[in-house]
Amino acid sequence: MAWNRNQMAARAAQELRDGWYVNLGIGIPTLVSNYIPKGVEVTLQSENGMLGMGPFPFEGQEDADLINAGKQTITELPQTAYFDSAQSFAMIRGGKIAMAILGAMEVAENGDLANWMIPGKLVKGMGGAMDLVAGVGRVVVVMDHTNKHGVSKVLKECTLPLTGKGVVDRIITNLGVLDVVEGGLRLVELADDVSEEELRTSTAATIVS
Amino acid sequence: MKKVYNNAADALDGLLTDGMFIASGGFGLCGIPELLLEAIKQSGIKDLSFASNNAGIDDFGIGILLQTKQVKKMISSYVGENAEFMRQYLSGELELEFNPQGTLAERMRAGGAGIPGFFTKTGVGTVIAEGKFQKQFPTGPDGAMQDYIMEEGIFADLAIVKAWKADETGNLVFRKTARNFNAPAATCGKVCVVEVEEIVPTGSLDPDGIHLPGIYVHRIFKGNHEKRIEQRTVRKKEVS
Repeated sequence: MAWNRNQMAARAAQELRDGWYVNLGIGIPTLVSNYIPKGVEVTLQSENGMLGMGPFPFEGQEDADLINAGKQTITELPQTAYFDSAQSFAMIRGGKIAMAILGAMEVAENGDLANWMIPGKLVKGMGGAMDLVAGVGRVVVVMDHTNKHGVSKVLKECTLPLTGKGVVDRIITNLGVLDVVEGGLRLVELADDVSEEELRTSTAATIVS
Repeated sequence: MKKVYNNAADALDGLLTDGMFIASGGFGLCGIPELLLEAIKQSGIKDLSFASNNAGIDDFGIGILLQTKQVKKMISSYVGENAEFMRQYLSGELELEFNPQGTLAERMRAGGAGIPGFFTKTGVGTVIAEGKFQKQFPTGPDGAMQDYIMEEGIFADLAIVKAWKADETGNLVFRKTARNFNAPAATCGKVCVVEVEEIVPTGSLDPDGIHLPGIYVHRIFKGNHEKRIEQRTVRKKEVS
């Protein structure tokens, strides 16, 4: 029994610290906002120009002028502030955002991240991902440990075009938690009922003890 | 000098030429200059280059100019919602330059501020860095050297922008996340044309609450906006 999507999101939420400004990517990272620990106040940034992102609106209260980076209708909170895209990325590049939690296609043992492009397939673009991984204080990746063919996504070297080089700090997968350290990855935690052997078998990257 | 025009075609009169470079505001379909894009379509000018975060969808936003094959090149960070875009790109009809979103916003801001180039960490070690000038700066822990790449400011022929309110001198107020790329795009065009939902008398906006001063704005007009929603997401009211 490995972690499911919600359990991965709940584990990622344990990374949050009181007072932090945080950017959550699309997919499982978005679910992290459902599991923010009690007593921890975080402000969510939406890179299209908002700090203090609120939940989806009630039906009938959708506002075309109020969306998140995934283009979904959302709401504001009492502490919300709006700004333009240049200022939004100025705070990202300026290191003001403490952490980004992002999905990934591949992560390598040196912290390289690939999550924007598969050559030969439809190319959609990197959006703000390259800016985020280059600029924020800490990058946490949340993803399935293997792809749908059972092939490890935690690699010695990425095979896909990179989003950032040496940018990932921590990887949270359905099998456990790994940190990027000197010489490879360090096992931090195993998911419920996952053995170390099972995680190692599913990992192509070097695991240092 | 009068900045207020009657409609989009009127406001664009004399400004449009084949092959021009246009910077556009908007994120997804939020805050896009939908009326100006429609007027550009009607004008029939072609071989256009656009700096715009997205390319709209097939039948709204810049998508309507792709259908009529008026666009030659896009500079964007994400184009995933547009099937016609993909078709033209994969068949080689359309040139595409991917810019990281923050790099695109800063390129517009820099161009508007007279800054022809700047250095950023974004894209270092990726395909984005290929062919770009690189330099190290002592910004790491304990003054360690770190790699940066040079990106160039955008200097567009025309900026097209959507704001919420304007006064008659072109001072602008945006609304919520519809501000996005509109403010930086407005600054980087030789001429900036703005569509708004309301034009208020000069003096009725709070001078402390103006998001973009009228110095950047050359022509404005009021229009009726569809303001289409791309992803309508809602939550259920809790039943007590």
